[in-house]
Amino acid sequence: MSFWKFIKRIWLDVVALVVIGIVFVVPFIFIVLTAGKTQKEASTFAFSMPANFLLWQNMREVMAFGNNRMWLALWNSMLLTVGSVTLLVFLAALVAYVMQRRGDRMAAFVSAVMLAGLIIPPAVVPTIFLLQEIGLYKTLIGLILIEVALQLSFATLIFRTFMASIPKEIDEAAIIDGASPTQLFFRVILPLLRPAMITVIVVSAVAVYNDFVGPLYFLPGAENVTAQLTLYSFISQFNTRFNLLFANVIVITIPPLIMFMFFQRQIVAGMTTGAIKG
Amino acid sequence: MSNPKRPLAVLRSYPNWFYLPAGLVFAVFFVVPTVLAFYFSLTRWTLFNATFIGMENYRNFLGEPMLAAGLRNTIIYAVMTSGLKVIIALPLATLLTSRIRLTGFFRAIIFFPVLVSTVAVGITFSALMQPSVGLINTALGTLGLPTPDWLGNPRLALYSVALVDVWKGVGIAMVIFIAGILSIPTDYFEAARLEGGAWVKFRHVIIPLARNATFTVILLSFIGGLRTFDLIWTMTKGGPGFASDVLTSVIYKYYQAGFYGLSTAGNVVLFILVTIIVFPLMRYFNRLELEL
Repeated sequence: MSFWKFIKRIWLDVVALVVIGIVFVVPFIFIVLTAGKTQKEASTFAFSMPANFLLWQNMREVMAFGNNRMWLALWNSMLLTVGSVTLLVFLAALVAYVMQRRGDRMAAFVSAVMLAGLIIPPAVVPTIFLLQEIGLYKTLIGLILIEVALQLSFATLIFRTFMASIPKEIDEAAIIDGASPTQLFFRVILPLLRPAMITVIVVSAVAVYNDFVGPLYFLPGAENVTAQLTLYSFISQFNTRFNLLFANVIVITIPPLIMFMFFQRQIVAGMTTGAIKG
Repeated sequence: MSNPKRPLAVLRSYPNWFYLPAGLVFAVFFVVPTVLAFYFSLTRWTLFNATFIGMENYRNFLGEPMLAAGLRNTIIYAVMTSGLKVIIALPLATLLTSRIRLTGFFRAIIFFPVLVSTVAVGITFSALMQPSVGLINTALGTLGLPTPDWLGNPRLALYSVALVDVWKGVGIAMVIFIAGILSIPTDYFEAARLEGGAWVKFRHVIIPLARNATFTVILLSFIGGLRTFDLIWTMTKGGPGFASDVLTSVIYKYYQAGFYGLSTAGNVVLFILVTIIVFPLMRYFNRLELEL
């Protein structure tokens, strides 16, 4: 193939890729550059190299800001995420297991309810009212239970899809060996659900960690601050200190970035199967 | 469904009480508030006592220009974001399933914003869209193009935020399309290659045969678009004025102001909107769904 023919064949791809590169990479470069600047340099929003790259100092300043508030926020977010995801995995796996294995009218009903849960927006103030009534407003437990309720539909769908690929003969063999229903589930089925479990864990961990609305409504209070809310309240406090604001962005983006580097395949697979299937 | 006459002993191994823990959490923290919302939306409500006032909140909602604008903006936002995601992600997915180098790298960078917190994305783009010194307008100015006030112009603000939403969410759409394209049997591509080039492949193979993926993308982004809050709230707070207010930002504003009944009425309006648009859409798509 001649040179010109080659150029003619690939120029569109090259243009597209350059555009993608600019559109998707430049904002992240901007974040890193701004987070590495002095307050004065950052205030212009210019896309330029800082005179000295102060990223590390700025991040440390963010961590120490307001009596180590960032540490508290990351700790709260960690508790919230781990608590929600652990509970979610068990509850969703139980539902998906019975739903897929029984396949009866009840299962069809549960399936319809799960689908509705995927679509219907949660009612905010009534939820606050309810949390107050049962004494869980402004508590981590209360928010954990809400996150579980909101993520349940998606997690159940993923588990159910995977459940279908586990042969029933395995159950029958265990039943003949005298396994009780709980033994069958916890000893036999749950370990086999591992691939789906990783998907559910990773995808819902990112969703819960990044949730902004939940903590905003259901977990107010300075001592309850979560990673996402630091950013939000720092907008006003760091009004003129954009270098620290963007250093804050970097700090709270590190956990999902790590997730992404290790579990990219599972995340992508999960989000694709999690796509609505009735 | 599997074998209808399963022995009782086997069914007993899948006890219905396994539904119970999840059912309880789901009922208490999702179903009950949703049902309560219908009642409280008909009241003047302080959280401690609720006075029944009938449809007044809804009359306010549909009568007040700000609230009506919120309703209209919600629909514009959902239609625009889901449309743009399809229009951008389908060609992207086609490009990134073809035999070019670095597809893995490009898929990764396009997908990564999906995992970044929406608030962080909102802050970043607020800076990039800054009218006089922001990077976007600096670049447009250098090229001699118009430099609008993306977030300050009331006629533009909603669309600017919607564009950022597309930037953040196009990765998930792309991934769904890639899965859809990869599930198309290779014979079709072979036939398209013999018939003519890339256009035939795109127009006559990918568009019709990846349509299940298109339906999924439309539904997911439509649902997400109707429920959007984080991005609007970080970038414009519904402003300037009420120009970019959507239902969820109105709900939050009334919640902050202590008008709980009105806020909840907003929630019910959103519920109804989602129900009357998404469920029929879903049924319609299901009928057109393709078995490959």
